[in-house]
Amino acid sequence: MAKIKGAVVIDKDRCKGCDLCVVACPADVLILGQEVNGKGYNYAQVANSDECIGCANCGYVCPDGCITVYKVKL
Amino acid sequence: MDTLEIIKPENKVYGKPRLMNDNPMHYCPGCSHGVVHKLIAEVVDDMGMAEKTIGIAPVGCAVFAYNYIDIDWIEAAHGRAPAVATAAKRLNPDKMVFSYQGDGDLAAIGTAETIHACNRGENIVIVFINNAIYGMTGGQMAPTTLLGMKTSTCPYGRNEHLNGYPLKISDLLVQLEGTCLVTRETVHTAAAIKKAKKMLRKGFENSMNGKGTSVIEFVSTCASGWKMTPDQSNKWMMENMVPMYPLGILKDK
Amino acid sequence: MAEEVKLMKGNEAIAHAAIRYGVDGYFGYPITPQSEIMETLMDEKPWETTGMVVLQAESEVAAINMVYGGAACGKRVMTSSSSPGISLKLEGISYMAGAELPGLIINVMRGGPGLGTIQPSQADYFQTVKGGGHGDYRLITLAPASVQEMADHVALGFDLSFKYNNPAMILADGVIGQMMEKVILPEQKTRRTEEEIRKAQPWAALGKSADRERNVVTSLELDSAAMEQNNLRFQKKYKTIEENEVLYEELLCDDADYLIVAFGSASRISQKAIQMARNEGIKVGLFRPITLWPYPAKALNAYKEKVKGILTVELNAGQMIEDVKLAVECKTQVEHYGRLGGIVPTPQDVLSALKEKLIK
Repeated sequence: MAKIKGAVVIDKDRCKGCDLCVVACPADVLILGQEVNGKGYNYAQVANSDECIGCANCGYVCPDGCITVYKVKL
Repeated sequence: MDTLEIIKPENKVYGKPRLMNDNPMHYCPGCSHGVVHKLIAEVVDDMGMAEKTIGIAPVGCAVFAYNYIDIDWIEAAHGRAPAVATAAKRLNPDKMVFSYQGDGDLAAIGTAETIHACNRGENIVIVFINNAIYGMTGGQMAPTTLLGMKTSTCPYGRNEHLNGYPLKISDLLVQLEGTCLVTRETVHTAAAIKKAKKMLRKGFENSMNGKGTSVIEFVSTCASGWKMTPDQSNKWMMENMVPMYPLGILKDK
Repeated sequence: MAEEVKLMKGNEAIAHAAIRYGVDGYFGYPITPQSEIMETLMDEKPWETTGMVVLQAESEVAAINMVYGGAACGKRVMTSSSSPGISLKLEGISYMAGAELPGLIINVMRGGPGLGTIQPSQADYFQTVKGGGHGDYRLITLAPASVQEMADHVALGFDLSFKYNNPAMILADGVIGQMMEKVILPEQKTRRTEEEIRKAQPWAALGKSADRERNVVTSLELDSAAMEQNNLRFQKKYKTIEENEVLYEELLCDDADYLIVAFGSASRISQKAIQMARNEGIKVGLFRPITLWPYPAKALNAYKEKVKGILTVELNAGQMIEDVKLAVECKTQVEHYGRLGGIVPTPQDVLSALKEKLIK
């Protein structure tokens, strides 16, 4: 069976740390980090890139359009 | 496979819509407006109508909608967006015209304009953000505020004797012959967002096919006004808002 | 349609002139004494000939915001109402001024305040030329005194409003709106194409073409420094209008010992009054402002040491008199005569007032 692997790129400068992508991710790929961006937000980060399945749920729910999602079939 | 090998243009499955520009949005973290903006930008682009679309921005949090989607915009006076849209569409029948309005704009100060534009069956789309509160002015009571819900102008909770009842305006608009599509959606999950996008597209297609007015209500959150986190807001919305404003198609003719 | 001579009401003349000018849209709400404007348009069905849109709105508020929407698309759009309805439109007019949108508003004045009366009045002078709506803005104001001018001011109002991207108003009254006179209607002009509008009004929200940035029509600017600059730009524009667009008419003013200053229907009554005065050997001239804003202050100023006194005749309690006093720097006696509540004075009333207040 073909395995699917995804990758997420987060525009950390646009991110407002709302956490909705973290909640939406079914694979616990994302976290809000300790670091803050230029606006003082704890921006979202990829913590477990290996788990990403490229479902793009994080991208859909992001109100600020910060997330780009890529996916390949292995 | 290494992440860097996956991140290539040919593997992209989701990204910021082409018509959304890079202006940082003024909305609070987790605000539903941003997701609805993205959907409009996607639908307009998918339909190939970027050069023929005119958006009417309201007064309220979405007053600056015109800063984020790269189409032509007209900023209306409070509540008057359906009247502005009426003229824009009647004078330019080949254009795709929509108004974008919050609950105060659409269901309080602009009730007359909303009802009469819908009753005339103007070939426009009305995008209605219902988060049961006035966000822009700092969290006052809206016509759609739930009974018992606290806002800065009903600090002890909305009381029907003092404030009347939550206004289910979309149910009223269903009754009008001029509306062709009235639906209630949410944008709190990817699945809900995909469904909402289909409804939005249907509304825009209706407007170009001369079918009448389409009203797409988005039951939404206002994390700042509700004084919750965005995630808590979504949960509160599903538990409290949705029973009062049930989701799904109310009218489709 | 070629040029045509017709007999009709002032209100009807406005409707016919609008169609013939190539107006794109009319949005209105019925109110006496101007309902014939929309009735005539509906009867003429211009949407079948020129393509002009005519729509009865749900309120005056909706109608002016339809005008705002149409104007934002670069179209020639108009509305009409009478005093109480104009009060409702003032928010929209302020927004048009703030967004620098052209458009024509017609006020066929009736007596106020409140619901008042349906009879003629000129009591909306302050409302029209001193603001009315909120903010530092000016409204180009034309005061027709005949059915012919009702027709002519449609074209003039649109021309001025598009020249300066500013709303314009025809400030008529129930007399001018309802009376019938001979009128020469201009020949039919064709409505402009979208290409012509895109070229002439590059700011219009007509859909963002790939070769330009998006157009945003708004009066909102939260940055105070930028908002001050917007206001300074408006003020500069208003000054240009004041310097270039003043219109007035002088009748027998050259040898006059006294002047009557009056606009609209009051000027017609005054015209008869000055003839009667001259028959009695009193040399009176009539100065008729045609633009109420910009006001012909410079032209009036020339009389400050030439005449012994000025009488303003207005169908109100004394509004334009303030501008006349300013214009002549109070260097000559300025008095007011007016009737209120919808009463129209006779020429004899005016002559008697002139004698009583100025000649004694």
